[in-house]
Amino acid sequence: MDSATSETRTPAPDTRTPLRASADNGLKIVVVGGFGVGKTTMVRSVSEIRPLDTEEMMTRAGEDVDDTSEVRGKTATTVAFDFGRISLDARNVLYLFGAPGQERFWFLWDRLFSGALGAVVLVDTRRIDDSWYSIDRLEKHGTPFVVACNDFGGPAFTTEQVRDALDLDPHVPLITCDARSRESSKLVLITLVEHIRALYADPARATRQELV
Amino acid sequence: MSRPGRDDAPDRLYTLTQGRSRSGPDNPFDLVTLVVAECAPVTGMQSEHAAILRITESPTAVVEIAAELELPVSIVRILLSDLLAAGRVSARHPRTSAVYDPDILEQVLVGLRNL
Repeated sequence: MDSATSETRTPAPDTRTPLRASADNGLKIVVVGGFGVGKTTMVRSVSEIRPLDTEEMMTRAGEDVDDTSEVRGKTATTVAFDFGRISLDARNVLYLFGAPGQERFWFLWDRLFSGALGAVVLVDTRRIDDSWYSIDRLEKHGTPFVVACNDFGGPAFTTEQVRDALDLDPHVPLITCDARSRESSKLVLITLVEHIRALYADPARATRQELV
Repeated sequence: MSRPGRDDAPDRLYTLTQGRSRSGPDNPFDLVTLVVAECAPVTGMQSEHAAILRITESPTAVVEIAAELELPVSIVRILLSDLLAAGRVSARHPRTSAVYDPDILEQVLVGLRNL
């Protein structure tokens, strides 16, 4: 079975933390990145619940599936993803999804990104190549995103070096973060939402392509 | 690791949904649609339906229900559409058209800064 969350498996919490009765609007932000880059860590840092994991099925026959090469010969398989939750106010609840960046999981992206505010691309500067596919796909679909380099204490690259290596559009924010830190991860999310607000405040960019 | 859903034969999952394997394009439930029970579980109800009614005594997102039941999201969406059709749950769908609403974005920013 494919498991997208094997990097850090957490047991289900003993008790659930219920939402307020007035909660009525779920919002989504997706954290994408390669294996072991710290997606689950970032979700855990800011989530009010311990990150939960769940799964989505891909069936052999069906238009839901982009690429069945991974599952040929099986009736169905499942892909796990994890998520956390932030109650923003009485009505708005933000869900953070950790999504694997590998191409074979892209059928899952479509579902996670449907109606999502935008994405955080989490990058390990020691393995920058892992991020190309993700960034390319987000750009193609017009999904707003920021790039956050998780600081693993390795050789420090300047943001300009990383921007060059990723061939990143100059308007896309690029920041360094520590996914273990609540404040740092919070700042990444704020940077993303400010970026989205700026994009939609600009009428030239007000139209948005949907993932299909 | 063994848990229901992940390693079970797909046959069991299809049995839960009377053979339906996918929720279809008209299924209204997004991953973050908040579901609220409109009644208490009753005797004789399919156990998954009863479990959903208990979980959704307070608003609960589809993805949280799936995690709690340890079932794939697509199966849970089918179970939920049955409950919705029977009037046993209500659904608070995300205001996706409001994603670009500057007021909503401002509310998100205020909420994040207050964390």
